[in-house]
Amino acid sequence: MLTLITFIPALGALLIGVISRERQALIRGVALFASLVTFALSVWLFFAFDPTQAGMQFTEERSWIPEIGISYHLGVDGISLVLILLTTFLVPLLLLAPWDAIKERLKTFSIMVLLLETAVIGVFLSLDLVLFYVFWEAMLIPMYFLIGIWGGEKRSYAAIKFFLYTMATSVLMLIAIIMLYFNSGLAYPTFDWSDLKNMHLGPMMEFWLFLAFVAAFAVKIPIWPLHSWLPDAYSEAPTTGTILLSALMSKAGLYGLLRFGLTLFPNAAVELAPYLLALALIGVIYGALVAAAQKDLKRMIAYASLSHLGLVAIGIFAMSSLATTGSVLQMVNHGVIIAALFWAIAILMERFGKRGLDDFGGAMSRMPRFAALFLVFMLAAVALPGTNGFVGEFLILLGIFLTKYQLYAIIGASIAILTVVYMLWMTQQVFHGPKAPQVETSSRDLEPQEVALLAPIVALILWIGIYPKPLLERISPSVELLISQAQSRIEQAQEMPQTHQDSQSGATP
Amino acid sequence: MDLIWLVLLLPLLGSVINGLFGRRMPKPLIGWVACGSIGIAFLLSVRVLLDLLALPPDERMFTQTLFDWIVTGDLSSQISLLVDPLSTLMLLVVTGVGFLIHVYSVGYMGHDPDYSRYFSWLNLFMFSMLLLVLADNFLLLFVGWELVGLCSYLLIGFWFNKHSAAAAAKKAFIVNRVGDFGFMIGLFLLFATFGTFDYLNIFESAGDVLPYGSLLATTITLLLFAGAVGKSAQIPLYVWLPDAMEGPTPVSALIHAATMVTAGVYMVARTHVLYELAPVSLAIVAAIGAVTALMAASIALVNNDIKRVLAYSTVSQLGYMFLAAGVGAFSAGMFHLTSQAFTKALLFLAAGSVMHALGGEETDMRKMGGLSRKLPWTWAIFLIGALSMSGIFPFVAFFSKDLILEEVFVSGNTALWLIGLLTVLLTAFYMLRAHFLTFHGKPRYDEKAVHPHESPPVMLWPMRGLAALALFGGMLWISFIGFAPLNEFLKPVFAGEITVLKTEHVAVLSEGTLIAISLLVALAGIGIAWLVYIRGFRPGEALRNAFRPFYTLLDGKYYVDELYYALFVWPGQKLSQFLATIFDLRFLDGIINGIGALIDRTGGALRRVESGYIRNYATWVLLGTIGILIYWLMR
Repeated sequence: MLTLITFIPALGALLIGVISRERQALIRGVALFASLVTFALSVWLFFAFDPTQAGMQFTEERSWIPEIGISYHLGVDGISLVLILLTTFLVPLLLLAPWDAIKERLKTFSIMVLLLETAVIGVFLSLDLVLFYVFWEAMLIPMYFLIGIWGGEKRSYAAIKFFLYTMATSVLMLIAIIMLYFNSGLAYPTFDWSDLKNMHLGPMMEFWLFLAFVAAFAVKIPIWPLHSWLPDAYSEAPTTGTILLSALMSKAGLYGLLRFGLTLFPNAAVELAPYLLALALIGVIYGALVAAAQKDLKRMIAYASLSHLGLVAIGIFAMSSLATTGSVLQMVNHGVIIAALFWAIAILMERFGKRGLDDFGGAMSRMPRFAALFLVFMLAAVALPGTNGFVGEFLILLGIFLTKYQLYAIIGASIAILTVVYMLWMTQQVFHGPKAPQVETSSRDLEPQEVALLAPIVALILWIGIYPKPLLERISPSVELLISQAQSRIEQAQEMPQTHQDSQSGATP
Repeated sequence: MDLIWLVLLLPLLGSVINGLFGRRMPKPLIGWVACGSIGIAFLLSVRVLLDLLALPPDERMFTQTLFDWIVTGDLSSQISLLVDPLSTLMLLVVTGVGFLIHVYSVGYMGHDPDYSRYFSWLNLFMFSMLLLVLADNFLLLFVGWELVGLCSYLLIGFWFNKHSAAAAAKKAFIVNRVGDFGFMIGLFLLFATFGTFDYLNIFESAGDVLPYGSLLATTITLLLFAGAVGKSAQIPLYVWLPDAMEGPTPVSALIHAATMVTAGVYMVARTHVLYELAPVSLAIVAAIGAVTALMAASIALVNNDIKRVLAYSTVSQLGYMFLAAGVGAFSAGMFHLTSQAFTKALLFLAAGSVMHALGGEETDMRKMGGLSRKLPWTWAIFLIGALSMSGIFPFVAFFSKDLILEEVFVSGNTALWLIGLLTVLLTAFYMLRAHFLTFHGKPRYDEKAVHPHESPPVMLWPMRGLAALALFGGMLWISFIGFAPLNEFLKPVFAGEITVLKTEHVAVLSEGTLIAISLLVALAGIGIAWLVYIRGFRPGEALRNAFRPFYTLLDGKYYVDELYYALFVWPGQKLSQFLATIFDLRFLDGIINGIGALIDRTGGALRRVESGYIRNYATWVLLGTIGILIYWLMR
């Protein structure tokens, strides 16, 4: 089943590959069909998933390269489950989105989006490090093309910057994966996560390998100060690319941190937690402050994303199951909200051909439907209770407050003020105030089909905000298991401190 | 009482119906949906009251759990409602006054093209406030708390094309969020201390968990109070309320009377168990209340905008309520809240009627005058409100204000009592000044262009209703003859009220003397207003010169807005611009690009690959990594 979910989009891409590029309707249809089937299957998975069971479910394991312990190993727990659902929910919407940029080279475009979907799903489901790495790298290539072909004026600069940045750190992770293989101390060397999470590493080795993993993940999220690819990539990418980057690929980084960073290297994670928390916290404040000074809507939301993702990262580093549950939920929330915000900017761009903060004014009087929908997105972004953003952020902050990092929660809670400052500023500039001349001339309120595309997002924002139970009851047990496993390994390491250090420190690079 | 969830659902439903379909619905239907939902909610609230009264006093409490909200790990919070005398009182005030304001709005907003949006948001406002009042735990209270803030943002900025309205709306939201930041930390601390958000669990164990006067109790209550300071517009976060006058006038009435600003007072009263454990916090609450009362009243002395005078008056009166809470007289505070709801709603609706008569949104009292003949009803109703606010017998605010002053006096804090008394003088002066400027003297509006006319019945009747409440509301609690049904009703809630303070200090002055003093002071204020604005008494040159700096200070509203701009807004903007342009683009990005350039220069051999086949770069790197992988595996 998991294999099906992972590879149906790729299959769709393959199918599109043999269709002539002129038959646009057919291409569209196939792409949509593939992504909708995937979505249907993941909805089924969501309900078939047993919430009372915390561990991996629906596991599939086949040996792949048995000689060196590489296996094709997939599995889903509450954490990956909701992220799969987010992915498969967003992709069909993006394929349906009527943005002009996509009308050229639709064939290549659809193939890229579907391949990316497979890669992202693969990242969330892989339980073998090599398999994970393959999917991880596979995400990069379609994204590179999405930015490079359909992007804005500075697209090739942005694409190369993005590519080099992520590639450089991914290589670090690859080296770390291989080091792990040779140093895991297990009776039989393997790349399998479920075995590796019980390994014993020397402290130095664990420290460096953790850092290598973190580097790869931190760039993808991104964590301050490794974010400088983000404003360029987000703003130059076509809207579909921006949404895939911000809503899905950033989650791959966060997910990796949680699934592999915390479970494989718990001691290092705890040891480095104060520093990582500090960086993420700086990102929260910094992103918000920089967002407030932007003149370009897309760059503004890009920095806003940096700010909000920092908070999610804080929830992961703090080793609190409450905060981490909040983080996982907030990953879904952030994906939905950021997609909606970038989508709204795309609508403005399509109508007015501009996206400067000062190019608009008074749009609400001409586009009341759009203004109403935007209001919901904006409120979710500022984490108003009743929207999904509140549930996630509140759990994260409360969870951290209950650990020894109280101060981080207090500073982090200032996000409530900072976000309001720039989001309301943006709303005021675009929707309020006297009508700008071009708002007068080229306003067109949302068509029914545009409303229909955004309606599921609104529904999700309110549903998670008001009744998050179905998600929480699936996420929470898996998170608790993951944290307790990590903690028991920390305790083990404390009980026998010296032995492993002595035997393995020689292998430290 | 089982139908209590309907009280919440009806306004929400009204809001959704008008919000989604309002633009295709005929206007009368919109009005009926909006007013009807609140009207039925009010009737249900009356039913709740009767059900409660049928029970013995100490059994008057009822909770209803609707569904699980955030349940994970140790955190289990439900959407769950609590009905007790305190929430019932609030329920009645909110739905009752709210209903009258809704009806009034049908007339006042009758010509607005965005009629349906207005009523949709107005209903949402009611829903949010009712949620806040009915919540049975802190987290749900916080939901209502934040939603109320949202609705005020929406309604203050209702005429969003006006730049000043949009800015005022934003200011309200941000300032409220500053207070809510403190409130949220308070919630974290509560949960860390008690492991739950439920009122009943927390209040029951509060005495054991929080030692009397402990730092923890003080911190929690002060953090919660930060939220109240924002919502109920106290120093230092009152700055949003005067600007909130940019909204339609009935909205101002709603914000000032029924919803929003009373939330902070309600919250402090609701959590009185915690505050009673923190004497330091109570002292701070009382002090902030007293100082705010005086400061806001002094600004109102010189303001020429009828709505802003009323706004500062609200800030000032809220100060009284916190003063009452601060000396442990929570029931008295709630009484003043009720009396204030009647009186302030009345005044705002009357002011709206004046503006309506002058054909628009004219609020400058210097352009009014001489309206008493043209608008006899409005004149009489505004006068009732002004006298009530000044504390003149037998209007409702006379009883509530005197009760507070008496409690403050009995608590032995003479300084606070004197501040309260001085505020009475100022209040009486500025209320009657507003009345005289608006209705008496020669007309100062453009008589050729404007033909003032009395408001239609749909606006007059709610005003008459409120006037009746202002006239007879005093019956709720006539302290000097010991007739206090409201106090009896609230007693089970405030059972733990501090009685120590009252018995320790033997009152030096009798109750009758206290009342006589405050009445005289109020009459003096009215007399001065009369002298200046009716008899045209002009103080001498020397006196005026002596007061000029003081006047400038008041006219500038103590320059608090300017101070905040210089302290917070301006540095914040500069920092944000510095980070965005210099630090992020030049420094951080510069480093990265520098590294890139360095590699580019040194790696001359790779240049062919980079320049010619950029799109194949991905493939190269992937091949490279696979190569490394193979190397490691084959090693």
